[in-house]
Amino acid sequence: MTHSLTPSRRLVLIGGLAAGLSPTLPRPAHAVDQGTATALVQQVSADITRIINSGQSESRMIRDFENVLSRYADMPTIARSVLGPASRSASAGDLRGFQSAFQGYMARKYGRRFREFIGGSINVQRAQDSGRFVEVVTRVTLRGSGPLEVRFRVWDRSGAPRFIDLLIEGISLVITERNEIGALLDRNGGNIGAVSNAIRSLG
Amino acid sequence: MPIAVIRHFKSVVVVVGLTVGLVACGPAALPPGDTIVDRDEVINREAHAFNRELDRTLIRPIATAYGTAVPQPVRQGVSNFASNLDQPGYVVNNILQLRLGQAMQNTARFLVNSTIGIGGLLDPASAIGPTAAETDFGETLHIYGFGEGDYLELPVLGPSTRRDAVGTVVDVALNPVRIFVPAPEVNYARGAGILQPLDSRYRFADTIDGVLYESADSYAQLRSSYLQSRRFELSDGTQVVIDPETGALSPVDPLADTYIDPYDP
Repeated sequence: MTHSLTPSRRLVLIGGLAAGLSPTLPRPAHAVDQGTATALVQQVSADITRIINSGQSESRMIRDFENVLSRYADMPTIARSVLGPASRSASAGDLRGFQSAFQGYMARKYGRRFREFIGGSINVQRAQDSGRFVEVVTRVTLRGSGPLEVRFRVWDRSGAPRFIDLLIEGISLVITERNEIGALLDRNGGNIGAVSNAIRSLG
Repeated sequence: MPIAVIRHFKSVVVVVGLTVGLVACGPAALPPGDTIVDRDEVINREAHAFNRELDRTLIRPIATAYGTAVPQPVRQGVSNFASNLDQPGYVVNNILQLRLGQAMQNTARFLVNSTIGIGGLLDPASAIGPTAAETDFGETLHIYGFGEGDYLELPVLGPSTRRDAVGTVVDVALNPVRIFVPAPEVNYARGAGILQPLDSRYRFADTIDGVLYESADSYAQLRSSYLQSRRFELSDGTQVVIDPETGALSPVDPLADTYIDPYDP
Protein backbone atom coordinates (compact mmCIF):
# COMPACT_ATOMS: atom_id res chain seq x y z
CA MET A 1 0.00 0.00 0.00
CA THR A 2 1.23 3.49 -0.76
CA HIS A 3 -0.02 6.36 1.30
CA SER A 4 0.25 9.76 -0.29
CA LEU A 5 -0.82 12.90 1.49
CA THR A 6 -3.70 13.45 -0.91
CA PRO A 7 -6.48 11.56 0.93
CA SER A 8 -5.84 13.35 4.20
CA ARG A 9 -5.67 16.72 2.49
CA ARG A 10 -8.93 15.95 0.73
CA LEU A 11 -10.44 14.93 4.07
CA VAL A 12 -9.35 18.16 5.66
CA LEU A 13 -10.89 20.07 2.76
CA ILE A 14 -14.17 18.16 2.96
CA GLY A 15 -14.19 18.50 6.73
CA GLY A 16 -13.50 22.23 6.58
CA LEU A 17 -16.13 22.73 3.94
CA ALA A 18 -18.73 20.81 5.93
CA ALA A 19 -17.84 22.73 9.10
CA GLY A 20 -18.08 26.04 7.27
CA LEU A 21 -21.42 25.25 5.71
CA SER A 22 -23.06 23.68 8.72
CA PRO A 23 -24.43 26.83 10.35
CA THR A 24 -26.20 27.92 7.17
CA LEU A 25 -27.40 24.65 5.66
CA PRO A 26 -29.72 22.11 7.31
CA ARG A 27 -27.95 18.80 7.89
CA PRO A 28 -29.09 16.05 5.53
CA ALA A 29 -30.16 12.72 7.07
CA HIS A 30 -27.18 10.85 5.58
CA ALA A 31 -24.50 13.43 6.11
CA VAL A 32 -21.47 11.27 5.37
CA ASP A 33 -21.23 9.39 2.09
CA GLN A 34 -19.62 5.98 1.68
CA GLY A 35 -16.66 7.30 -0.31
CA THR A 36 -15.73 9.86 2.36
CA ALA A 37 -16.11 7.29 5.15
CA THR A 38 -13.97 4.78 3.25
CA ALA A 39 -11.26 7.40 2.66
CA LEU A 40 -11.18 8.13 6.40
CA VAL A 41 -10.87 4.44 7.31
CA GLN A 42 -8.13 3.95 4.69
CA GLN A 43 -6.21 6.79 6.30
CA VAL A 44 -6.75 5.38 9.82
CA SER A 45 -5.74 1.86 8.67
CA ALA A 46 -2.59 3.18 7.02
CA ASP A 47 -1.63 5.07 10.19
CA ILE A 48 -2.31 2.09 12.49
CA THR A 49 -0.43 -0.32 10.20
CA ARG A 50 2.53 2.04 10.16
CA ILE A 51 2.50 2.41 13.96
CA ILE A 52 2.25 -1.32 14.82
CA ASN A 53 4.96 -2.27 12.33
CA SER A 54 7.28 0.64 13.19
CA GLY A 55 9.21 -1.34 15.80
CA GLN A 56 9.18 1.60 18.22
CA SER A 57 8.76 1.32 21.99
CA GLU A 58 5.38 0.67 23.54
CA SER A 59 5.12 4.13 25.07
CA ARG A 60 5.81 5.80 21.71
CA MET A 61 3.27 3.53 20.01
CA ILE A 62 0.66 4.50 22.59
CA ARG A 63 1.42 8.19 22.10
CA ASP A 64 1.00 7.74 18.33
CA PHE A 65 -2.30 5.94 18.89
CA GLU A 66 -3.55 8.82 20.95
CA ASN A 67 -2.72 11.14 18.02
CA VAL A 68 -4.76 8.88 15.72
CA LEU A 69 -7.67 9.14 18.15
CA SER A 70 -7.54 12.92 18.40
CA ARG A 71 -7.27 13.24 14.62
CA TYR A 72 -9.82 10.67 13.39
CA ALA A 73 -12.14 9.69 16.29
CA ASP A 74 -15.23 11.62 17.34
CA MET A 75 -14.18 11.69 20.99
CA PRO A 76 -17.12 13.81 22.25
CA THR A 77 -19.54 11.19 20.87
CA ILE A 78 -17.51 8.22 22.13
CA ALA A 79 -17.09 9.76 25.61
CA ARG A 80 -20.81 10.50 25.97
CA SER A 81 -21.84 7.12 24.57
CA VAL A 82 -19.67 5.16 27.01
CA LEU A 83 -21.01 7.27 29.90
CA GLY A 84 -24.55 6.48 28.73
CA PRO A 85 -27.50 8.23 30.38
CA ALA A 86 -25.16 9.71 33.03
CA SER A 87 -23.73 12.02 30.33
CA ARG A 88 -27.07 13.82 29.89
CA SER A 89 -27.03 15.28 33.40
CA ALA A 90 -23.25 15.82 33.58
CA SER A 91 -21.69 19.30 33.75
CA ALA A 92 -19.64 20.58 30.80
CA GLY A 93 -16.50 20.49 32.97
CA ASP A 94 -17.08 16.88 34.03
CA LEU A 95 -17.63 15.87 30.40
CA ARG A 96 -14.42 17.62 29.26
CA GLY A 97 -12.41 15.99 32.04
CA PHE A 98 -13.87 12.57 31.32
CA GLN A 99 -13.31 12.88 27.57
CA SER A 100 -9.63 13.67 27.96
CA ALA A 101 -9.12 10.92 30.58
CA PHE A 102 -10.98 8.40 28.42
CA GLN A 103 -8.92 9.24 25.32
CA GLY A 104 -5.69 8.43 27.16
CA TYR A 105 -7.19 5.26 28.67
CA MET A 106 -8.40 4.10 25.25
CA ALA A 107 -4.99 4.73 23.64
CA ARG A 108 -3.19 2.76 26.39
CA LYS A 109 -5.65 -0.13 26.57
CA TYR A 110 -6.20 -0.69 22.83
CA GLY A 111 -2.71 0.41 21.85
CA ARG A 112 -1.27 -2.43 23.91
CA ARG A 113 -3.74 -4.93 22.41
CA PHE A 114 -2.73 -3.90 18.88
CA ARG A 115 0.62 -5.54 19.64
CA GLU A 116 -1.13 -8.83 18.83
CA PHE A 117 -1.52 -7.44 15.28
CA ILE A 118 2.23 -6.95 14.64
CA GLY A 119 3.12 -8.15 11.15
CA GLY A 120 -0.50 -7.98 10.07
CA SER A 121 -2.19 -5.81 7.48
CA ILE A 122 -5.57 -4.07 7.21
CA ASN A 123 -7.61 -4.05 4.01
CA VAL A 124 -10.86 -2.18 3.42
CA GLN A 125 -13.52 -4.57 2.08
CA ARG A 126 -16.73 -2.58 1.66
CA ALA A 127 -18.91 0.15 3.13
CA GLN A 128 -22.58 0.05 4.04
CA ASP A 129 -24.99 2.78 5.01
CA SER A 130 -26.69 2.09 8.34
CA GLY A 131 -28.88 5.19 8.47
CA ARG A 132 -27.19 7.32 11.10
CA PHE A 133 -23.67 6.39 10.06
CA VAL A 134 -21.66 4.51 7.46
CA GLU A 135 -20.04 1.25 8.49
CA VAL A 136 -16.73 0.45 6.78
CA VAL A 137 -15.77 -3.23 6.92
CA THR A 138 -12.07 -4.11 7.01
CA ARG A 139 -10.21 -7.38 7.16
CA VAL A 140 -7.15 -7.66 9.38
CA THR A 141 -4.80 -10.40 8.25
CA LEU A 142 -2.72 -11.82 11.08
CA ARG A 143 0.30 -14.06 11.18
CA GLY A 144 -0.44 -17.63 12.24
CA SER A 145 -4.21 -17.38 12.62
CA GLY A 146 -7.35 -16.63 10.64
CA PRO A 147 -8.25 -13.08 9.59
CA LEU A 148 -10.26 -10.77 11.84
CA GLU A 149 -13.10 -8.55 10.74
CA VAL A 150 -12.87 -5.00 12.07
CA ARG A 151 -15.66 -2.52 11.34
CA PHE A 152 -15.42 1.23 11.72
CA ARG A 153 -18.56 3.33 12.17
CA VAL A 154 -18.22 6.79 10.70
CA TRP A 155 -20.37 9.89 10.82
CA ASP A 156 -19.75 13.59 10.35
CA ARG A 157 -22.06 15.09 12.97
CA SER A 158 -19.14 17.16 14.27
CA GLY A 159 -18.77 18.70 10.82
CA ALA A 160 -15.94 16.40 9.70
CA PRO A 161 -15.90 12.63 9.06
CA ARG A 162 -14.85 10.84 12.26
CA PHE A 163 -15.25 7.30 13.58
CA ILE A 164 -17.57 6.78 16.55
CA ASP A 165 -17.00 3.08 17.24
CA LEU A 166 -14.96 0.10 16.15
CA LEU A 167 -16.13 -3.50 16.25
CA ILE A 168 -13.63 -6.36 16.35
CA GLU A 169 -15.39 -9.58 15.30
CA GLY A 170 -18.67 -7.98 16.29
CA ILE A 171 -17.48 -6.75 19.70
CA SER A 172 -18.18 -3.03 19.95
CA LEU A 173 -15.65 -0.88 21.77
CA VAL A 174 -18.42 1.52 22.86
CA ILE A 175 -20.69 -1.21 24.29
CA THR A 176 -17.78 -2.96 26.00
CA GLU A 177 -16.48 0.26 27.55
CA ARG A 178 -20.00 1.37 28.52
CA ASN A 179 -20.15 -1.80 30.65
CA GLU A 180 -16.79 -1.00 32.16
CA ILE A 181 -17.51 2.68 32.83
CA GLY A 182 -20.96 1.70 34.17
CA ALA A 183 -19.29 -0.59 36.73
CA LEU A 184 -16.91 2.23 37.72
CA LEU A 185 -19.81 4.71 38.03
CA ASP A 186 -21.61 2.25 40.35
CA ARG A 187 -18.48 1.86 42.44
CA ASN A 188 -18.03 5.64 42.69
CA GLY A 189 -21.62 6.55 43.49
CA GLY A 190 -22.21 8.04 40.02
CA ASN A 191 -19.42 10.61 40.42
CA ILE A 192 -17.99 11.26 36.92
CA GLY A 193 -14.98 13.18 38.28
CA ALA A 194 -14.00 10.18 40.42
CA VAL A 195 -14.37 7.84 37.41
CA SER A 196 -12.15 10.16 35.33
CA ASN A 197 -9.49 10.02 38.04
CA ALA A 198 -9.78 6.23 38.24
CA ILE A 199 -9.28 5.61 34.51
CA ARG A 200 -6.24 7.93 34.33
CA SER A 201 -4.29 5.14 36.03
CA LEU A 202 -5.99 2.27 34.13
CA GLY A 203 -5.61 0.74 30.69
CA MET B 1 -27.33 -47.47 -1.76
CA PRO B 2 -25.79 -49.27 1.25
CA ILE B 3 -27.96 -52.00 2.79
CA ALA B 4 -28.17 -50.20 6.14
CA VAL B 5 -29.63 -47.09 4.51
CA ILE B 6 -32.27 -49.21 2.71
CA ARG B 7 -33.15 -51.02 5.93
CA HIS B 8 -33.55 -47.71 7.74
CA PHE B 9 -35.14 -45.99 4.77
CA LYS B 10 -38.17 -44.87 6.78
CA SER B 11 -36.15 -43.30 9.58
CA VAL B 12 -33.85 -41.62 7.05
CA VAL B 13 -36.90 -40.07 5.38
CA VAL B 14 -38.20 -38.91 8.76
CA VAL B 15 -34.85 -37.32 9.73
CA VAL B 16 -34.47 -35.59 6.35
CA GLY B 17 -38.09 -34.39 6.48
CA LEU B 18 -37.63 -33.10 10.02
CA THR B 19 -34.40 -31.29 9.10
CA VAL B 20 -35.94 -29.62 6.04
CA GLY B 21 -39.01 -28.67 8.11
CA LEU B 22 -36.94 -27.19 10.94
CA VAL B 23 -34.64 -25.22 8.64
CA ALA B 24 -37.72 -23.89 6.82
CA CYS B 25 -38.85 -22.29 10.11
CA GLY B 26 -36.01 -19.79 9.67
CA PRO B 27 -33.39 -18.65 12.18
CA ALA B 28 -34.22 -17.22 15.58
CA ALA B 29 -34.18 -13.45 16.15
CA LEU B 30 -30.84 -12.07 17.26
CA PRO B 31 -31.15 -9.64 20.17
CA PRO B 32 -29.40 -6.24 19.84
CA GLY B 33 -25.77 -6.11 20.92
CA ASP B 34 -26.35 -4.66 24.37
CA THR B 35 -29.39 -6.76 25.36
CA ILE B 36 -28.63 -9.16 28.21
CA VAL B 37 -31.01 -11.59 29.93
CA ASP B 38 -29.27 -12.99 33.00
CA ARG B 39 -31.75 -14.24 35.58
CA ASP B 40 -29.18 -16.62 37.09
CA GLU B 41 -26.66 -13.85 37.70
CA VAL B 42 -25.97 -14.83 41.33
CA ILE B 43 -25.08 -18.44 40.43
CA ASN B 44 -23.28 -17.32 37.28
CA ARG B 45 -21.10 -14.96 39.30
CA GLU B 46 -20.15 -17.85 41.59
CA ALA B 47 -19.15 -19.93 38.56
CA HIS B 48 -17.20 -16.92 37.27
CA ALA B 49 -15.30 -16.54 40.55
CA PHE B 50 -14.45 -20.25 40.35
CA ASN B 51 -13.34 -19.99 36.70
CA ARG B 52 -11.21 -16.94 37.39
CA GLU B 53 -9.50 -18.72 40.27
CA LEU B 54 -9.00 -21.80 38.06
CA ASP B 55 -7.41 -19.61 35.40
CA ARG B 56 -5.22 -17.73 37.86
CA THR B 57 -3.88 -20.77 39.70
CA LEU B 58 -3.82 -23.42 36.96
CA ILE B 59 -4.68 -22.57 33.36
CA ARG B 60 -2.72 -19.33 33.00
CA PRO B 61 0.52 -20.71 34.54
CA ILE B 62 0.30 -23.93 32.48
CA ALA B 63 -0.44 -21.97 29.29
CA THR B 64 2.54 -19.67 29.97
CA ALA B 65 4.79 -22.69 30.56
CA TYR B 66 3.52 -24.41 27.39
CA GLY B 67 3.90 -21.22 25.34
CA THR B 68 7.45 -20.52 26.53
CA ALA B 69 8.77 -24.11 26.58
CA VAL B 70 7.33 -25.39 23.31
CA PRO B 71 8.39 -23.62 20.08
CA GLN B 72 5.69 -21.83 18.13
CA PRO B 73 5.75 -24.15 15.03
CA VAL B 74 5.20 -27.20 17.24
CA ARG B 75 2.30 -25.54 19.07
CA GLN B 76 0.87 -24.49 15.71
CA GLY B 77 1.09 -28.11 14.50
CA VAL B 78 -0.73 -29.43 17.59
CA SER B 79 -3.43 -26.76 17.20
CA ASN B 80 -3.78 -27.58 13.49
CA PHE B 81 -4.15 -31.27 14.38
CA ALA B 82 -6.92 -30.46 16.88
CA SER B 83 -8.67 -28.09 14.45
CA ASN B 84 -8.61 -30.73 11.71
CA LEU B 85 -10.36 -33.20 14.02
CA ASP B 86 -13.09 -30.60 14.65
CA GLN B 87 -14.05 -30.65 10.96
CA PRO B 88 -16.10 -33.91 10.95
CA GLY B 89 -18.27 -32.41 13.71
CA TYR B 90 -18.70 -29.25 11.62
CA VAL B 91 -19.81 -31.38 8.67
CA VAL B 92 -22.49 -33.12 10.78
CA ASN B 93 -23.87 -29.72 11.77
CA ASN B 94 -23.52 -28.27 8.24
CA ILE B 95 -25.74 -31.12 6.99
CA LEU B 96 -28.30 -30.62 9.78
CA GLN B 97 -28.34 -26.91 8.82
CA LEU B 98 -28.77 -27.82 5.12
CA ARG B 99 -25.66 -25.73 4.41
CA LEU B 100 -24.44 -28.33 1.95
CA GLY B 101 -21.84 -26.07 0.32
CA GLN B 102 -20.15 -25.60 3.69
CA ALA B 103 -20.45 -29.36 4.36
CA MET B 104 -18.52 -30.03 1.12
CA GLN B 105 -15.99 -27.29 1.92
CA ASN B 106 -15.27 -28.72 5.39
CA THR B 107 -15.13 -32.29 4.03
CA ALA B 108 -12.64 -31.25 1.35
CA ARG B 109 -10.54 -29.45 3.95
CA PHE B 110 -10.54 -32.53 6.19
CA LEU B 111 -9.44 -34.80 3.31
CA VAL B 112 -6.69 -32.42 2.13
CA ASN B 113 -5.28 -31.74 5.60
CA SER B 114 -5.47 -35.39 6.72
CA THR B 115 -3.43 -36.50 3.67
CA ILE B 116 -1.22 -33.77 2.19
CA GLY B 117 -1.27 -32.01 5.56
CA ILE B 118 0.35 -35.06 7.28
CA GLY B 119 -2.59 -36.15 9.42
CA GLY B 120 -3.64 -32.56 10.09
CA LEU B 121 -0.36 -31.21 11.49
CA LEU B 122 -0.19 -28.77 8.59
CA ASP B 123 -3.04 -26.72 7.15
CA PRO B 124 -2.48 -26.64 3.36
CA ALA B 125 -6.27 -26.42 2.84
CA SER B 126 -6.33 -22.82 4.14
CA ALA B 127 -3.49 -21.91 1.80
CA ILE B 128 -5.23 -23.23 -1.31
CA GLY B 129 -8.90 -22.62 -0.47
CA PRO B 130 -11.37 -21.22 2.03
CA THR B 131 -10.75 -21.41 5.78
CA ALA B 132 -12.93 -23.66 7.98
CA ALA B 133 -16.65 -22.87 8.13
CA GLU B 134 -16.73 -23.31 11.92
CA THR B 135 -20.05 -24.20 13.47
CA ASP B 136 -21.69 -26.09 16.32
CA PHE B 137 -25.03 -27.55 17.37
CA GLY B 138 -25.92 -24.28 19.13
CA GLU B 139 -25.86 -22.66 15.67
CA THR B 140 -27.94 -25.52 14.28
CA LEU B 141 -30.54 -24.83 16.97
CA HIS B 142 -30.38 -21.11 16.11
CA ILE B 143 -31.09 -21.95 12.46
CA TYR B 144 -34.03 -24.12 13.59
CA GLY B 145 -35.47 -21.04 15.28
CA PHE B 146 -34.43 -21.53 18.91
CA GLY B 147 -33.56 -18.26 20.67
CA GLU B 148 -30.41 -18.03 22.79
CA GLY B 149 -32.20 -18.07 26.16
CA ASP B 150 -30.63 -16.80 29.37
CA TYR B 151 -26.92 -16.17 29.67
CA LEU B 152 -24.98 -18.87 31.51
CA GLU B 153 -21.44 -19.06 32.81
CA LEU B 154 -20.56 -22.74 33.16
CA PRO B 155 -17.86 -23.95 35.55
CA VAL B 156 -14.65 -24.80 33.58
CA LEU B 157 -16.36 -24.37 30.17
CA GLY B 158 -17.01 -20.64 30.60
CA PRO B 159 -19.59 -18.33 28.98
CA SER B 160 -22.59 -19.81 27.19
CA THR B 161 -26.35 -19.49 26.89
CA ARG B 162 -29.07 -22.03 27.68
CA ARG B 163 -29.33 -22.91 24.00
CA ASP B 164 -25.60 -23.15 23.46
CA ALA B 165 -25.12 -25.27 26.60
CA VAL B 166 -27.53 -27.82 25.11
CA GLY B 167 -25.59 -27.49 21.85
CA THR B 168 -22.31 -28.30 23.59
CA VAL B 169 -23.72 -31.53 25.05
CA VAL B 170 -25.08 -32.61 21.64
CA ASP B 171 -21.78 -31.77 19.92
CA VAL B 172 -19.91 -34.08 22.29
CA ALA B 173 -22.50 -36.84 21.76
CA LEU B 174 -22.52 -36.51 17.94
CA ASN B 175 -18.76 -36.01 17.47
CA PRO B 176 -17.73 -38.55 14.79
CA VAL B 177 -14.14 -38.60 16.05
CA ARG B 178 -15.27 -39.63 19.55
CA ILE B 179 -17.64 -42.26 18.11
CA PHE B 180 -15.53 -43.81 15.34
CA VAL B 181 -11.86 -43.38 16.25
CA PRO B 182 -10.54 -46.41 18.20
CA ALA B 183 -8.93 -46.40 21.66
CA PRO B 184 -5.23 -45.44 21.38
CA GLU B 185 -5.67 -42.87 18.56
CA VAL B 186 -8.61 -41.10 20.14
CA ASN B 187 -6.32 -40.17 23.05
CA TYR B 188 -4.08 -38.13 20.72
CA ALA B 189 -7.20 -36.24 19.70
CA ARG B 190 -8.07 -35.65 23.37
CA GLY B 191 -4.54 -34.49 24.16
CA ALA B 192 -4.50 -32.03 21.26
CA GLY B 193 -7.97 -30.88 22.30
CA ILE B 194 -6.51 -29.87 25.69
CA LEU B 195 -3.35 -28.25 24.28
CA GLN B 196 -5.14 -26.15 21.66
CA PRO B 197 -7.00 -23.92 24.16
CA LEU B 198 -3.76 -23.54 26.16
CA ASP B 199 -2.06 -22.27 22.99
CA SER B 200 -4.89 -19.74 22.49
CA ARG B 201 -4.70 -18.73 26.16
CA TYR B 202 -0.99 -18.01 25.62
CA ARG B 203 -1.32 -16.21 22.27
CA PHE B 204 -4.14 -13.91 23.36
CA ALA B 205 -2.85 -13.47 26.91
CA ASP B 206 -2.99 -9.64 26.78
CA THR B 207 -6.64 -9.54 25.76
CA ILE B 208 -7.74 -12.34 28.11
CA ASP B 209 -5.80 -10.88 31.07
CA GLY B 210 -7.36 -7.51 30.25
CA VAL B 211 -10.88 -8.93 30.54
CA LEU B 212 -10.27 -11.21 33.55
CA TYR B 213 -7.88 -9.18 35.70
CA GLU B 214 -7.77 -5.56 34.61
CA SER B 215 -11.43 -4.68 34.18
CA ALA B 216 -13.66 -3.10 36.80
CA ASP B 217 -16.21 -5.94 36.60
CA SER B 218 -14.70 -8.95 34.84
CA TYR B 219 -17.97 -10.90 34.98
CA ALA B 220 -19.94 -8.18 33.16
CA GLN B 221 -17.07 -7.65 30.71
CA LEU B 222 -16.85 -11.34 29.77
CA ARG B 223 -20.64 -11.63 29.50
CA SER B 224 -20.88 -8.63 27.17
CA SER B 225 -17.95 -9.71 24.98
CA TYR B 226 -19.25 -13.28 24.70
CA LEU B 227 -22.82 -12.31 23.76
CA GLN B 228 -21.69 -9.69 21.23
CA SER B 229 -19.25 -12.05 19.58
CA ARG B 230 -21.65 -15.03 19.57
CA ARG B 231 -24.46 -12.98 18.00
CA PHE B 232 -22.00 -11.69 15.42
CA GLU B 233 -21.01 -15.27 14.48
CA LEU B 234 -24.64 -16.31 14.16
CA SER B 235 -25.58 -13.21 12.16
CA ASP B 236 -23.28 -14.34 9.33
CA GLY B 237 -22.03 -10.77 9.10
CA THR B 238 -25.40 -9.38 8.06
CA GLN B 239 -27.18 -6.66 9.97
CA VAL B 240 -30.72 -8.04 9.69
CA VAL B 241 -32.56 -8.15 13.01
CA ILE B 242 -36.16 -8.78 13.89
CA ASP B 243 -38.10 -5.80 15.19
CA PRO B 244 -39.42 -6.93 18.61
CA GLU B 245 -42.57 -4.77 18.23
CA THR B 246 -43.73 -5.76 14.76
CA GLY B 247 -41.86 -9.03 14.21
CA ALA B 248 -40.74 -7.70 10.82
CA LEU B 249 -37.26 -8.34 9.48
CA SER B 250 -35.39 -5.09 9.10
CA PRO B 251 -31.84 -4.10 8.26
CA VAL B 252 -31.88 -1.74 11.25
CA ASP B 253 -28.68 -1.42 13.14
CA PRO B 254 -29.03 -3.07 16.55
CA LEU B 255 -26.66 -0.54 18.13
CA ALA B 256 -28.14 2.61 16.62
CA ASP B 257 -29.41 3.92 19.96
CA THR B 258 -26.05 3.31 21.60
CA TYR B 259 -24.50 6.48 20.22
CA ILE B 260 -25.29 9.72 22.00
CA ASP B 261 -25.10 12.64 19.58
CA PRO B 262 -23.44 15.62 21.32
CA TYR B 263 -24.19 17.88 18.32
CA ASP B 264 -27.95 17.48 18.62
CA PRO B 265 -28.93 18.98 21.96
